[in-house]
Amino acid sequence: MSELDLLFQMPVLNLQLLLDGILVGSIFVLAAYGMALVWGVMNVINIAQGEFVMIGGYVAVVFGWIGIHPLFAVPAAAVILFVFGWALYRLVIFRVVDRDLFVSLLATFGLSILIQQLLNQIFTADVQAADSGFDTMLFLNGMVSVAQIKLVAFLLAAVIGGLLMLFLRVSRLGQAIRATAQNARAARILGIDTDRVYAATYGLNAALCGTAGALVAMTWVIQPFQGLAYTVRSFMIVVVAGLGNIGAVIVAGLGLGAAENFAGFLLGAEFQVAFVFSLLVVVLLWRSHRLGRKRRYLR
Amino acid sequence: MSEAMLVVDNVSKRFGGVVANADISLEVAPGEIVGLIGPNGSGKTTLFNSIVGFHPIDSGSILFEGREITALRVPQIARLGLLRTFQQTRVYGKMTCMENMRISTANREAGLRGMFRRFPPAVDEHAEELLEFVGLYSKRFLRAGDLSFGQQKLLEFAMALMNGPRMLLLDEPTAGINPTLINGLIDRLRRANAELGITLLVIEHNMRVVMNLAERIYCLAHGELLAEGSPDEVQSNPHVVEAYLGAH
Amino acid sequence: MPNRNELVIFLAVAVAGIAAPLVLPGYTTQFAFLWVMVVFALTWDILGGQMGYNSFGNVVFFGLGMYVCAVVQIAPFTDLAEYTSASGTQDIGLSHGQYYLGLAVGCSIAAVAATIVAAVLGSGILALRGHYFAICTLGLGIAAGEIAAGIDLIGAGSGMVTPLYPGGIGSRERFFYFLCLALAVVVFLTLRSVYAGRFGLAINAIRDDEDKAEAMGIRTTRYKTVAWCISAFFLGIAGGLVGNIVGFIDPTEVAFAGATFGVWMVLMAILGGKGTLWGPVLGAAVFHVTQEVFWTYLFGWQRVALGLLIVLIVVFFPQGILGWLRERYPERFGHRIEPAEGASREGA
Repeated sequence: MSELDLLFQMPVLNLQLLLDGILVGSIFVLAAYGMALVWGVMNVINIAQGEFVMIGGYVAVVFGWIGIHPLFAVPAAAVILFVFGWALYRLVIFRVVDRDLFVSLLATFGLSILIQQLLNQIFTADVQAADSGFDTMLFLNGMVSVAQIKLVAFLLAAVIGGLLMLFLRVSRLGQAIRATAQNARAARILGIDTDRVYAATYGLNAALCGTAGALVAMTWVIQPFQGLAYTVRSFMIVVVAGLGNIGAVIVAGLGLGAAENFAGFLLGAEFQVAFVFSLLVVVLLWRSHRLGRKRRYLR
Repeated sequence: MSEAMLVVDNVSKRFGGVVANADISLEVAPGEIVGLIGPNGSGKTTLFNSIVGFHPIDSGSILFEGREITALRVPQIARLGLLRTFQQTRVYGKMTCMENMRISTANREAGLRGMFRRFPPAVDEHAEELLEFVGLYSKRFLRAGDLSFGQQKLLEFAMALMNGPRMLLLDEPTAGINPTLINGLIDRLRRANAELGITLLVIEHNMRVVMNLAERIYCLAHGELLAEGSPDEVQSNPHVVEAYLGAH
Repeated sequence: MPNRNELVIFLAVAVAGIAAPLVLPGYTTQFAFLWVMVVFALTWDILGGQMGYNSFGNVVFFGLGMYVCAVVQIAPFTDLAEYTSASGTQDIGLSHGQYYLGLAVGCSIAAVAATIVAAVLGSGILALRGHYFAICTLGLGIAAGEIAAGIDLIGAGSGMVTPLYPGGIGSRERFFYFLCLALAVVVFLTLRSVYAGRFGLAINAIRDDEDKAEAMGIRTTRYKTVAWCISAFFLGIAGGLVGNIVGFIDPTEVAFAGATFGVWMVLMAILGGKGTLWGPVLGAAVFHVTQEVFWTYLFGWQRVALGLLIVLIVVFFPQGILGWLRERYPERFGHRIEPAEGASREGA
């Protein structure tokens, strides 16, 4: 019986796939939100996004090795990655912010490759994970299983996302970030140090990715070269949802998680990565076609 | 009366909630020089964009030389002989003036071979003639991006002439040009019309230029056609005066 | 018409190219790859440097060509599925004639297949602009590799082995070296010729202002697609050759090597100076030498060093070598600064 038949014969299987997909999708939402932040505020598409996620994952793995429970890696990764992101901005990114978008694209792509190779040197190309020691919950007479850690990750992701939104709305830095996103020149004239805002935004994005990575290490696996897939997922979500709409980002992120899970089941695990990248091509082409009818272009 | 070269028939275009063009109708006869005036935001450039196919229109139709061009795309309309220049002046910045002129020649050959052809010496001669016509001959080997704004405007005009159009939509051809040079430009526009037979539809803010150059004038305000007639008629039309004064 | 300087340089390079494997036979394969890099950089530059469409997915045509050529070389002589599942233990024992013919036909069909794919994909993907085009092609390159890694007929993740060269050890390296050299020369001369006509100016116009080009009646879609097809054509052939040089086709490391070849294509053209003819050639040479040096002396850390190099070049040296030279000595290397003598044609 083919996989597709299975889906029709066992509705419960659909529920399982959907649930797992949404739970992992929450992590995608975090990374996508960060990418949207950097894109909206400083007009930089951060190709190294996935690598930040991986670094966060390795923080959790290392915590596991030295005996600290990986859950503590979530805030730790946030702090470490924030500093890392801030430093990276001050060293490299600030030089490409005001140039054309392709230069920043290529620069962050170079960083992505650099980080990948560094991680490969340090941790080797083996997949790693961080064991949270949590159980699996069973529902519906054991037909649906939910790993507790995935549920915890989902809740944490929601909390982190909520905290970020609160921060952006309430704190001075958050307001400065939003002002700069709307109109950088006006913000500068009003006395906002846009350079510091950019550094903070980039650091914030890195921190978001770091927490996402720690969660990934606990719920899935990490590996130095899997970063690009997260970058592409984030990009897709932002393209579909648009830069301003957090609700759309959430829906798109969860939807992508679910779609990927179904695809992994139907096509086989070895094609899941192919699915993600193919979906990117399809999404962009579809978007372009829709705009083309109105004779506009994706800008 | 000969058939009109350009017929804009009840064209409307809105962007979201803003109505940029509301039921605009105008006509340009072959060989005419017609002016299009109106305060800022009245929809003049939007109308140009509508005519050349830059965006689809909401309703109405546009005919060029009797042919329906409403659904055609920009390159197709340009190849029919209807060209436009841009308000912000657009030239190919990294190429030299001569290269800008060369690539502006119309590619009459539809096939693959036409894409790879070398440019015959006649093209360069024609380019030099036109560059001299606009006064850029000595600058012909400089990069277009290195020219001053006014010089780029002249280059854009020369490039349009190089393409051999039958009609030219000019978007503020004298904006940003040194006032002492404006007379020269008006003269060249007239000559392009009289000697090369190019029909002109010109958006202008400079009243002196428009009144001198145009045979007929249309006035837009708030997206609607306000008045039409000879320069004297339009100038003394109280609605036109009010539209401009009211806009301040 | 070539000016004297250019002719001298070209001949010098040609002579060096022909002499290299005879003078330093131990490095023949490295030299062969130098010419492959030149082809990579030149084909990328058509789209990226001359036309302004930065593609991260040109490697798709390279990988496609590699597989197509190998399949054409193998399939007439044995069952393909059996061959690939034998994972290289099956030797189909080709004679000289069979090998050369197979290679020639394989590369030809590879070129055609790649061109067709470029035309089909281009109709949709070339409508994307700027960074959307770049990222879409990036996704394309990686997707192709992942999909190829899942197809059992062509060896899936284990890849495919290309047929054994019927001649001796030394002759094999030399044979492919000269093929690569020939390909590089053909690509260079073809592009030189193509850039001299309307095509060259048209794609430059698309780069400088695509909307303006459309407004002037240029058939932009057609030019964009043809440009990509030209890249694809030569990349397909290069793929066929490299597949046979390496002897082994790995879907993500050799064929659709997005993270290595795919990125290097971009970098080499930028390093040398994109949008010029000699820039990509220069960039390929400098990059290839640097890379070989890294491999020898920094083994283990060479990929990290390369990643760092990418960042440094992009951030500090995006104009590339030729671009830098043009800024310092504009009259010698690039364009005029001073107006020409004579205000009118009669006075000149």
